[in-house]
Amino acid sequence: MIETYLSLFLTSVFVENMALAFFLGMCTFLAVSKTVDTAFGLGLAVIAVLTITVPVNNLIYQYVLQEDALAWAGITGIDLSFLGLICYIGVIAAIVQILEMTLDKFFPALYNTLGIFLPLITVNCAILGGVLFMVERNYKFGESVVFGFGSGFGWAIAIVGLAGIREKLKYSNIPVGLRGLGITFITVGLMSLAFMAFSGIQL
Amino acid sequence: MAEKPSKVLLDPFFNSNPISLQVLGICSALAITSKLETVLVMAAAVTVVLGFSNASVSLIRNHIPNSIRIIVQMTIIASLVIIVDQVLKAYSYEISKQLSIFVGLIITNCIIMGRAEAFAMKEPVGLSILDGIGNGLGYSLILVVVGIIRELFGSGRLLGHVILPLSTDGGWYVSNGLLLLPPSAFFIIGLYIWVLRTWKKDQIEEN
Repeated sequence: MIETYLSLFLTSVFVENMALAFFLGMCTFLAVSKTVDTAFGLGLAVIAVLTITVPVNNLIYQYVLQEDALAWAGITGIDLSFLGLICYIGVIAAIVQILEMTLDKFFPALYNTLGIFLPLITVNCAILGGVLFMVERNYKFGESVVFGFGSGFGWAIAIVGLAGIREKLKYSNIPVGLRGLGITFITVGLMSLAFMAFSGIQL
Repeated sequence: MAEKPSKVLLDPFFNSNPISLQVLGICSALAITSKLETVLVMAAAVTVVLGFSNASVSLIRNHIPNSIRIIVQMTIIASLVIIVDQVLKAYSYEISKQLSIFVGLIITNCIIMGRAEAFAMKEPVGLSILDGIGNGLGYSLILVVVGIIRELFGSGRLLGHVILPLSTDGGWYVSNGLLLLPPSAFFIIGLYIWVLRTWKKDQIEEN
């Protein structure tokens, strides 16, 4: 039991890294990776949101949307899975909002660190991507918790790594046309090549 | 801000391209470009959604309360994506399988939110539609360039037709396996930006 969870965790952090293997959440990944501090804050926020939204959407999928999922309420023969996308994104937006208000009330210090990043996360494709992967692979509730946390953790590692490289890159002499976005793309390409070394590993 | 319709439509091709300058909508640009066929379907889907979402947001822009505008836009976009998703599943099931979750991810494709927020909330319907189509085509342009390079040099084919006969099948072309791997999309887009910025000097960023 624990081994399954552990291997799922390691797979979602390294082998199937959200950012470097599936290229999810790239927009924020490239835009908010200029300094390590902000990257770290955003990474934490993504971990928190993924760990909560993936299991919640898992419950919604299992007990409301799936074919015949409403059997517990005595309704059968209904397949609501076409409403999936709109439900998931609604849940994500709502949870991000709730998380923001809770942090503001109870953990003001953490709220100030994450502050501006929280609202941005609603449109981060890593979150919706995590939810859709969970649905596609039919994870159970326990697995979805581990998968949510693991994939968030992997994303956070990747963005902190990229920010570290970009801080060093400031001191190098890059061809003029390649400065900024261009060189960032190539850096991420190299990082993703490095992470491909993990692919195919069966745990 | 009175802009000329032709400028609104054509600017996103090179001058303010959503991918190379605005850094929007990159996820899908990287993940699905290994084959030209999926690229064309994805590009068409994004352009259609972008055009319609800009139109609908612009139509009701004066009635959306500011505090809940994000969620209103999200709902409009999500509904449009569901339609696209269902149409794809009905008429080209194979391709919809290959695109897997990336059709759903059009919702969070920042091009769509970004244009709704930056353009459609302020401008009249006609211009917004043009802006949506223009940005959709600008996005498609980069996707198609990357898709052609990756499929032609990675597997010697275009849209499944053999162009460069592979040495493994008795031809002369030794395929470049790197181009079939996802990281190559980063390199191609990075180099594309380099070329574009050497041509359009005003897009160069300070280090």
